[in-house]
Amino acid sequence: MTQRERFDYWLRIGGAIAFVIVLVAIVDVASRGSFLEPSNIVRVLRQITYNCILGVGQTFVIITSGIDLSVGSLVALTGVVAALFANSVHLSGFPLIAATLIVALAVGCAAGWVNALPVVKLNLPPFITTLAMLEMAVGAAFILSHGRPVALQSADFQNTGIGSFLGGLTRALHLPNIPVPVVWMLAVIVIASVLLNRTRFGRYVFAIGGNEEAARLAGINVTRVKTAVYMISGACAAIVGFLYMALFSSGSPQTGTGDELLESIAAVVVGGTSLMGGRGSVVGTFFGALLIGVLYNAMNLLNVDSYLQKVLLGAVILLAVVLDELRKRYLTS
Amino acid sequence: MRGIGKSFPGVRALSDVSLTLNAGEVLVLVGENGAGKSTLMKILSGALPADEGEILVNGTPVRIGSPQEAQHLGIGMIYQEFTLVPQLNVPANISLGAEATHAGLIDSAAVNERARRVLDELGLELPFDVPVSRLSVGQQQLVEIAKALATSARIIVMDEPTAALSDREIERLFTIVRRLRANGAGIIYISHRMEELPQIADRVTVLRDGKVVETRAASDFPAAEIIAAMVGRRLTSHFPELPPVPADAPVRLEVRGLGREGIVSDVSFSVRAGEIVGLAGLIGAGRTEILRAIAGADAPIAGTILVDGRVLHPGRIGGAIDAGVAFITEDRKAQGLVLGMSVRENVTLAHLKEFVDRDQLVNVVRERGATARLIDELQIKTPGTEQLARNLSGGTQQKVVLAKWLLGDARVFLFDEPTRGIDVGAKSEIYKLMIDLIARGAAIVMVSSDLPELLGMSHRVLVVRDGRIAAEFSRAEATPNRVIAVATGAAAA
Repeated sequence: MTQRERFDYWLRIGGAIAFVIVLVAIVDVASRGSFLEPSNIVRVLRQITYNCILGVGQTFVIITSGIDLSVGSLVALTGVVAALFANSVHLSGFPLIAATLIVALAVGCAAGWVNALPVVKLNLPPFITTLAMLEMAVGAAFILSHGRPVALQSADFQNTGIGSFLGGLTRALHLPNIPVPVVWMLAVIVIASVLLNRTRFGRYVFAIGGNEEAARLAGINVTRVKTAVYMISGACAAIVGFLYMALFSSGSPQTGTGDELLESIAAVVVGGTSLMGGRGSVVGTFFGALLIGVLYNAMNLLNVDSYLQKVLLGAVILLAVVLDELRKRYLTS
Repeated sequence: MRGIGKSFPGVRALSDVSLTLNAGEVLVLVGENGAGKSTLMKILSGALPADEGEILVNGTPVRIGSPQEAQHLGIGMIYQEFTLVPQLNVPANISLGAEATHAGLIDSAAVNERARRVLDELGLELPFDVPVSRLSVGQQQLVEIAKALATSARIIVMDEPTAALSDREIERLFTIVRRLRANGAGIIYISHRMEELPQIADRVTVLRDGKVVETRAASDFPAAEIIAAMVGRRLTSHFPELPPVPADAPVRLEVRGLGREGIVSDVSFSVRAGEIVGLAGLIGAGRTEILRAIAGADAPIAGTILVDGRVLHPGRIGGAIDAGVAFITEDRKAQGLVLGMSVRENVTLAHLKEFVDRDQLVNVVRERGATARLIDELQIKTPGTEQLARNLSGGTQQKVVLAKWLLGDARVFLFDEPTRGIDVGAKSEIYKLMIDLIARGAAIVMVSSDLPELLGMSHRVLVVRDGRIAAEFSRAEATPNRVIAVATGAAAA
C-alpha cells in the first residue's frame, strides 16, 4: 500500500465511523433515545433484509459489468410458484419447507439461466434481456395466481417468516428477538462473500468484469461464469420470494414489484461496487443497504414527510457515488 | 522549451530540460520508457502543467494551460493511442470539436470540404462515407494525423506513430512528414525504432532519467551511440546469441492445413523444441490470426494443430492451455491483463486451479509465494505482489503477462509483438527470456513488425502474405530485403 492508499483507507474507515456517529447522535437526541434501542436496531435489520439479499445477487451480476432488472418480478413469480407448490403437496414440517425452498430456487435459477442465454450466446445487452424477463415473470405470476394472492394452507412457514432465532436464549439474556429472515440474510452474505472472495469462481467474476477478453484468453470459461452470476441473482430473488411468502403466509404477484429493484441496485452502488464492473463486494452491499435502511428509519423517527424522504434518499445515493468517484480520482491522480 | 522541470509524488520526472525546435525540421526524441518523453510532450501540449521552466513559441513566452490553448498556439499532438470516434466517418472525426455550423446546425458540406483540403495537403485519399472503425489501423493513424493538421498546427508532436503501421504505411507516413517539413512545420517525433531514424531525423535528442543527455545532428549520430546514450552503457549487440536447434530435437508444435474463412488458408509448419520461428508479413496479412487459431481463441477453423503429437480441439482456449500453449497477446492492456487486478491475481489467472486447496478455496499465501518467485526471476519492477497492474509501466506490464504464462509448464509460446512500445532495456530482457525458454526445450512462434528483431531472434522466418505462407527462409537466408520483397508481393517466393 502506498502512503496515499493507506491514508485513503483510514479516511474511509474514519469517515464512515464519524458519519455514523454524527447521524446516530443527531437522530438519537431528536427521537429522544428511541433510535438506539435494541428493538429499533433489529427493526432496521429486518427492514433491509429483503433488498439486501436481492442486492447480494445483483452484486455478482454488476461486478461482471452486467445488470439484472428482473429480480423484483422474480420475487413475485417465485413466491407465487412456491405457494402453489406448498398447497399442492402432501408434506409438512421441515420436508415441506425444504421442498418449497428448492422449488423456488429452481424457478429463480431457471429464470437467471434464461436471462443469461442471449447475453452469453448473442452478446445482447443484459439490460434488455432482463427487462424482458421482468415483464414475462410478473405476467406469469399474475397468470398462475389469477391475479390474487395465493394463501398458504399450511402454517408450517410461520417460523421462517416471522419467528425468532434462538428465541429462548435472547429472552433469557434480555435481548430483543432476532427475526429468522435476518439470520437468512446474514447467512446469504457470508456464503456469497466466501464465494466471491475466496473461490476460483469469484476471482473469475472479477476478471471478467475487469477485462473479459483477457479472462477468455486466460482459458476462463466466460460463458459458464456469466451464466452462473445471473443464476445466482435469480436464486437470491427466489430466497426473497420464499421469505416474503412465509412472512405474508401467501404468495402474491405484487410482492417485490415496487421499489425493490431500484433500492437493491442503490444498495450495491452505495456499497462501492462499480457499475463498470471489475470492482465490488458483498459486504459493501450490506453496508449500502444498511445506510439506506438507517436513513429511512431515522427519517421516520423524525417524522420526515414521506415524499421528502424519497428526495433525501436520492440525494444521499448521489452524494455517495460522487464521493466515491472523487476518492478514486484522488487515488489515481 | 527552457529548463522544464516536473515532479510527481516520489519521482522527479523531468529536470532542467531544454529543447529547441526549428521550423522545417524533424527532431526525433528517443529514450527508454520512463525517461520523460511523454511527460515532456504532455507539458508542451497543455495536458500537464510544468513545475518550472518556460515555453517559447516563435520567441514569445507562452502559458499553455490546456490542450485547447496549445491548439490555438499551433501545437498539434498525435497520440500513441487513437482518439478517434469509431462510429463517425473521416470528415466528422477530422472536424471533431471544431465543426463548422450554420444557424446552429452542423454544416456537413463545410466539414467535408475541410477534410478534403487537409487530405489533399497530405496527398491522401480516404473513403469519406464509412465509419472509421471500418478502416485499417494504418488508415486510422493517417486520419489521426489529418485531425491534428486540420487545426493548422505548425508544431506537430508524434508519439510513436509507426508502432501500429506496416512497412508500406510507414513509408507513406514518412512522405507526409517530409512534406510537412518542406512546408516549414516543426516536428517532434518520438520513436523506439532505431532503423527509422536515418530516414526521417534531422536532429536526435536523447532523454534519460528526465534529463537531456545529448542532442546531435542525425547524420552524425550512429544507432549504436544513440542506444548507448539511452541506456547509459554501450550495448555490444542488439540481440543475444541464438543457440542452434539440436539436430535430434523433437517437433513440439505442428500445424497442418490451418485455415480460417477469408483470413488464413492452408498454413502448415512445424516448430521443434528449442526453436524460434518468426512470422513476418504486413499488418493484416494474417499473422496474428494464425497465432490466435493455434491458441484456440477463434473458431471455427480448418486444419489440425498438434502439440507434442497430440491433436488440439479447435476453438478451445482451455484445452490449448492444458496442452502447454501460452499465447502472449499483442495488446497487453486490452487482451493480456486485467488492469484493475493485482500483479498476483493476473499472474495466477490462467492457472488458478493449481492454487485451490481441498476446501475449494483459493490459497492466497501460495499465490503470493509463486508470484514473488516470478517477480524475482523476471526482475519485475513492482513494489509487491499486490500492486495493481494499472500502476505499472508498459515493459513491466509485459513482464507480468510473461509471468502469467511461465507459471504453468507451457512448452509452446506464441509471442505476438512481444516488445511493442517497451524500452530497449526491457526488450533485451525479454530476448534473454526467450533464449532461456528455448534452452529449456520450449518452442516459440513469434510475430513482430520490428523486422530486425524478427530476423535477429528467429531460427527460421516464414513470410505470411494474404493469409498464406508465401516463403520460408533459414536464418542465413533471411535478409530484410528478401523478406520485405516477399511480404509486399514485390517478389514471388
